[in-house]
Amino acid sequence: MVNNMARLSLTGITKRYPGTIANQDIDLAVKEGEIHALLGENGAGKSTLMKIIYGVVKPDAGTFLWEGEQIKVSGPAHARGLGIGMVFQHFSLFETLTVAENIALSLPKEDGKDLEALSARIKEVSEHYNMGLDPQRYVHSLSVGEQQRVEIVRCLLQDIKLLILDEPTSVLTPQEVKGLFKTLKQLASEGCAILFISHKLDEVTEICEAATILRHGKVSGDCKPQEVSSADIARMMVGDDTPLNEDYAKAEGTTAVVTIKDLNFRSDDPFASPIHHLDLEIKAGEILGIAGVAGNGQDELMSLLSGEETSNANTITMLGQDIGLWNPAQRREIGLAFVPEERLGRGAVPDMSLQQNALLSSSHCGMTKKGFIDFGKVKEYAQNVIDKYKVKCADQFAQAKSLSGGNLQKFIIGREIEQNPKFLVCSHPTWGVDIGAAILIRHALIELRDQGAAILVVSEDIDELYQISDRICAICQGELSPIQKTQDVNIETLGQWMAGSFDKSTIEKSAGESAYVKA
Amino acid sequence: MDIDLITNILYATVRTGTPLILVALGEMVCEKSGVLNLGQEGMLLMGAVVGFMAAVTTGSLFAAVLLAIAAGMLMSLLFGFLSITMVSNQVATGLALTIFGAGLSAFLGSSFVGVGIDGIEPFAIPFLSDIPVIGKIFFQQDPLVYLSFILFGVVFWVFKSSRIGLKLRAVGENPEAANAMGINVHATRYMAVLFGGAMTGLAGGYLSLAYTPLWSEGMSAGRGWIALALVVFASWKAERIMLGAYLFGAASIMHLVMQGTGHDVAPNLLAMLPYVATIVVLVLLSTNHAKSKLNAPMSLGTPYRPQV
Amino acid sequence: MLRLEKRPSDSQTMAYWSPVLAIVLTLICGAILFMSLGHEPLGALYTFFIAPLSDTYGWTELGIKVAPLLLCAMGLTLCFKAKIWNIGAEGQFIMGGLGGGFMALQFLDAESSWVLVPILLAGMASGLLWAALAAYLKTHFRCNEILTTIMLNYIALNALLWAVHGPLKDPAGFNFPESATFADAALLPLISEGYRLNISLFFGLFAVVAIWTLMSRAWIGYQIHVLGEDASAARYAGFKEKALIWFALLTCGALAGLAGVSEVTGPIGQLIPQISPGYGYAAIIVVFLGRMHPIGIIFASMLLGLTYMGGEMVQMEMSLPKSLTGLFQGMLLFFLLACDLLIGYRILWSKSADPKAA
Repeated sequence: MVNNMARLSLTGITKRYPGTIANQDIDLAVKEGEIHALLGENGAGKSTLMKIIYGVVKPDAGTFLWEGEQIKVSGPAHARGLGIGMVFQHFSLFETLTVAENIALSLPKEDGKDLEALSARIKEVSEHYNMGLDPQRYVHSLSVGEQQRVEIVRCLLQDIKLLILDEPTSVLTPQEVKGLFKTLKQLASEGCAILFISHKLDEVTEICEAATILRHGKVSGDCKPQEVSSADIARMMVGDDTPLNEDYAKAEGTTAVVTIKDLNFRSDDPFASPIHHLDLEIKAGEILGIAGVAGNGQDELMSLLSGEETSNANTITMLGQDIGLWNPAQRREIGLAFVPEERLGRGAVPDMSLQQNALLSSSHCGMTKKGFIDFGKVKEYAQNVIDKYKVKCADQFAQAKSLSGGNLQKFIIGREIEQNPKFLVCSHPTWGVDIGAAILIRHALIELRDQGAAILVVSEDIDELYQISDRICAICQGELSPIQKTQDVNIETLGQWMAGSFDKSTIEKSAGESAYVKA
Repeated sequence: MDIDLITNILYATVRTGTPLILVALGEMVCEKSGVLNLGQEGMLLMGAVVGFMAAVTTGSLFAAVLLAIAAGMLMSLLFGFLSITMVSNQVATGLALTIFGAGLSAFLGSSFVGVGIDGIEPFAIPFLSDIPVIGKIFFQQDPLVYLSFILFGVVFWVFKSSRIGLKLRAVGENPEAANAMGINVHATRYMAVLFGGAMTGLAGGYLSLAYTPLWSEGMSAGRGWIALALVVFASWKAERIMLGAYLFGAASIMHLVMQGTGHDVAPNLLAMLPYVATIVVLVLLSTNHAKSKLNAPMSLGTPYRPQV
Repeated sequence: MLRLEKRPSDSQTMAYWSPVLAIVLTLICGAILFMSLGHEPLGALYTFFIAPLSDTYGWTELGIKVAPLLLCAMGLTLCFKAKIWNIGAEGQFIMGGLGGGFMALQFLDAESSWVLVPILLAGMASGLLWAALAAYLKTHFRCNEILTTIMLNYIALNALLWAVHGPLKDPAGFNFPESATFADAALLPLISEGYRLNISLFFGLFAVVAIWTLMSRAWIGYQIHVLGEDASAARYAGFKEKALIWFALLTCGALAGLAGVSEVTGPIGQLIPQISPGYGYAAIIVVFLGRMHPIGIIFASMLLGLTYMGGEMVQMEMSLPKSLTGLFQGMLLFFLLACDLLIGYRILWSKSADPKAA
């Protein structure tokens, strides 16, 4: 089946952006029927390389060989014509269009014209690969896993020769991941080449035959994942000078800092998920982790805790006070701090300086007097955060948007922790940051925990939750699973919780969602 | 009130609603692609003044209409260049277009104030115009009114079942994704903006060539803005734009009704009606915020610059 | 081929040079325009921009135009900082004039200048109320403030027309649509005898200082700034969005109202159908051109004030239409928006003719 001619072969690919080199002199070869991993940290240049292959971005230099012929990809339509399909990490779907309309847009004019014929083909293909899809449904009504299936089916409708998947598993439950892998293996056995982008080593070892590792925009190594140890691959990803991982001792919480009782919420935003009968207790001196697939009510729960949204009185109690109807500023005054998922455009104002951003959530720490700002104190506070959390920036007058993701996240975490919160809510603390920053951030969270603060972490990164949480649970469709000590929950159980199988009333609902599991 | 009076009022309602339909349909297409063009008032005035000047100097009403359309398109091209290519703030650019259009049209038209022309005449459509009441209301109008019916049909069809409509919606909802699909976001938006300009230019021509065949400074009297409200009111649906435009048309000719029924109300107070009605409509809309959020193009007002 | 390249951080230098560049481009276009109309371009520009200021009288006349522009622009600065697109300064100005004028008509026999207190307060209150309508519509019904304030402008204009054609028409005025002329005591004191310039210029300068202090040092100013830059961040920080909207709009309404009443109790001295030559709209340009910075706004309001005088000057001297004023104002705003692009982007000329390779 597999011959030795490379289906795709890149040599010397280089792409420069103002101030950075995203890709430098990259060589990559993917064979027919091969599942090839592209590994690297956030910011290593994986996404840029993908976009170059798919024709979204044009390289500055390098040669592009497709089935042995040198070509220039003029755009995504050209790439698709060649048989290259791409599944984006942040799906490139149109939420207000139906599945069939979405797919029609990516097809050549003649194929996309007849929506009915197209719907029939969508059904056929999705069933062949065990991915149930209803072509008439609107994309915004689909779960994240189903949206990914739309993206995959969209690629499969054409004569596909190379399928690129950008971090496909980060949005799935462990069971859904298994289903996806099955589909990918089936595809590969039919001769399709697959380029699998990831930063998760265990997955790569599981399904990939070859791997190319990127670091700082350059190839730092090639290997066969089954033959090399994970630690060696990790070294190639992060370099020699960065510690790979740290283990943290688990702790046991003492008294309850925050108690949530029968919290219900339904927003008037048609794209939001509701929250049902949620009970939760977060204790002093513990980190409680909530796992879950995006869009299952995490954002709403976070907003309800921070006070950006409010539900009813007597649902949230903090330190003995009913804070259910308080606004965020009032909650901060009694010791709440919050690190939101969106760094730019919520956690920090993009066009304002770090100094101005330092004041954003910490005005109650003595930085205003009689309605006027004490700039001396603000300056001092900002500098302290920058120094203590090793935020790399020009100075405290640098605009927030000029910082890298990791540095901005360090700044925001630092700004919140330096308020000495009694309760810290933290959403996706290390999402999209490099390993060095991630370690610093986790370290800071553990330190805060050991000082007696209650910490709630919501994340899609299960490994991270296992590493830092003392107790763990999952959220699915606005309902919370049982909460248990982290060491007592194995990954299969957590996966089932993430898919909603933790209570009789929700099992039926989730059955339809987890076609991957059945497959 | 007798039937003739009612027929006359409805006849005038259709006439008054026509420029609103044209502007609002154009703006709807533009907004569907994610571009908010607040410069309608300026383009409307430019269409009106250029159309009128052309009619006076060339004597050809047909040429006048074409030039009015061209004027609207030129203005929208200016807007498109700034807001699409130069990724400027769409709100500020639209306001600038309005201020600029008001100034330029007043300047160009200053020597045409008080000049008279023979405007576009009504043309009764055979057979259809003989239908009682309906015939008089809809089929004894001037050709531009009929054109507005046709254009409505075209826009309706485009969004109902054409690939172009699908592309426009895709670009308006998620330009990044559309770009990744290989749709040229900028080209699509330019087309939508130019179409909007053409429609508004035509509406301007209708005002100065058919509705009141003369030119006076600021003669559009806020119709461009009302049409913008109308698009929101219609939740970006062509059929609701038709309905809304005629409702607004009716509100603007209340003085006819008042005179017809023998009431004497100060004309300046009646002149406020369409503006008050606009505000009332905006208030009524807010009761269904969730639904209008679903209908509004998601990227509306945000410039897009593709990564290369 | 033209190519844009994003700067990693906004260019502060460009933020200040952009208005200058815009003015230069406007002048160049103006010169071309005059030339195409058959006038000697430099001479025409001189007539438009320099001749009006050739004597003290000219400068004091400029002051009369600068005062309302400053008041409206400072109020708008507050709104625009919060990204509240209040286009309603014009309507708030007119209502201020109408409300204050109504009060002034109650004191036709007044002898003491103290009557100015209730008159000015009535003007401010009227402007404030007009803005309150927009604030209420925005905070309670989420109505788009651009549309509501524009509509309120048209309603205000019609209200003024109705008043001077009807209830406030001077009974002894030969049926002209004008009110009676106000009592001398109800007119704003002049700064210097022999010139029309009155103390409203001080109101304007005071507004500049007050709003600037608020924006740069006060906690509420910071909150307004954050709200405008990033509404999600403001919500995250727990700022009271609705209260801030009310504050910005009411302050703007009061200042525009003060400008309106100062106009009718100043150079006009009675209610007439047209009390504003579009000050409320021109103030929008002032705010953008002046970079929302006090010094910038002072210069920008002088320039915009000058466009009014220039329009009148070319009408008198060269019999060109007065509407050149609006044309120059529009061009200025357009060029400014285009030049502002250079703050966030660099423009590159790439030699490649093939757009696909760019």
